[in-house]
Amino acid sequence: MVEWTDSERAIINSIFSTLDYEEIGRKSLCRCLIVYPWTQRYFGAFGNLYNAETIMANPLIAAHGTKILHGLDRALKNMDDIKNTYAELSLLHSDKLHVDPDNFRLLADCLTVVIAAKMGTGFTVETQVAWQKFLSVVVSALGRQYH
Amino acid sequence: MSLSAKQKATVKDFFGKMSTRSDDIGAEALSRLVAVYPQTKSYFAHWKSASPGSAPVRKHGITIMGGVYDAVGKIDDLKAGLLSLSELHAFMLRVDPVNFKLLAHCMLVCMSMVFPEEFTPQVHVAVDKFLAQLALALCEKYR
Repeated sequence: MVEWTDSERAIINSIFSTLDYEEIGRKSLCRCLIVYPWTQRYFGAFGNLYNAETIMANPLIAAHGTKILHGLDRALKNMDDIKNTYAELSLLHSDKLHVDPDNFRLLADCLTVVIAAKMGTGFTVETQVAWQKFLSVVVSALGRQYH
Repeated sequence: MSLSAKQKATVKDFFGKMSTRSDDIGAEALSRLVAVYPQTKSYFAHWKSASPGSAPVRKHGITIMGGVYDAVGKIDDLKAGLLSLSELHAFMLRVDPVNFKLLAHCMLVCMSMVFPEEFTPQVHVAVDKFLAQLALALCEKYR
């Protein structure tokens, strides 16, 4: 089981309490598709992903980014058992969506960059440590049920 | 994954914009590396302190960023330009190459914090590719 200090819990809760899911979700997924273009392989049905401009203007991508970000709410509400919280989602990504789990890490890195831009100096060293710890636990849980 | 001419221009342009803050970003990036990835402190056991924000860490972050800027000037032939640095990393420092990626990530985070408007996805991909090419050039002499 992952141990969380009070400070880490407070930091994670604070980030989510002021999070603009639409803005951050859209920006993170778009950035992932642009910075790591091979991730576009999972979005064949999402319309025009021809270049950075069309990706950033694509409403289906924007909506999906929001959806993904809301997926993190489960981890937030169950920080003491993220592993089991994501068991079902992990199977979904493995068996139905066939997503290479390395992509979770790529998206997590993009999310971190976007949050850093939003928070500026507020994204302190302590904040980054807690945030990346949280994301790495989520990423690990999502990859856990692959077989 | 080599850089297009446009991406090279993007990198030069962004690093130009960044130059007044490059020391800060370098110092912050290394501080975040040792904080977020504590295993990286193993390379700094000989320092008085390797904790985030400490003087040796900040100073070394600035040194590293200086090296990165130097590499921007050699962007058209990083392998040749970074030959002696590669020898240093291969035979003396022997830093495991995985750590170049970790530091690159921390640099990107700091760039994003300090230049939220300018660090667009297009700039991000160009800089990320550049840092990856830089790391490859540094690894050239490893084996």
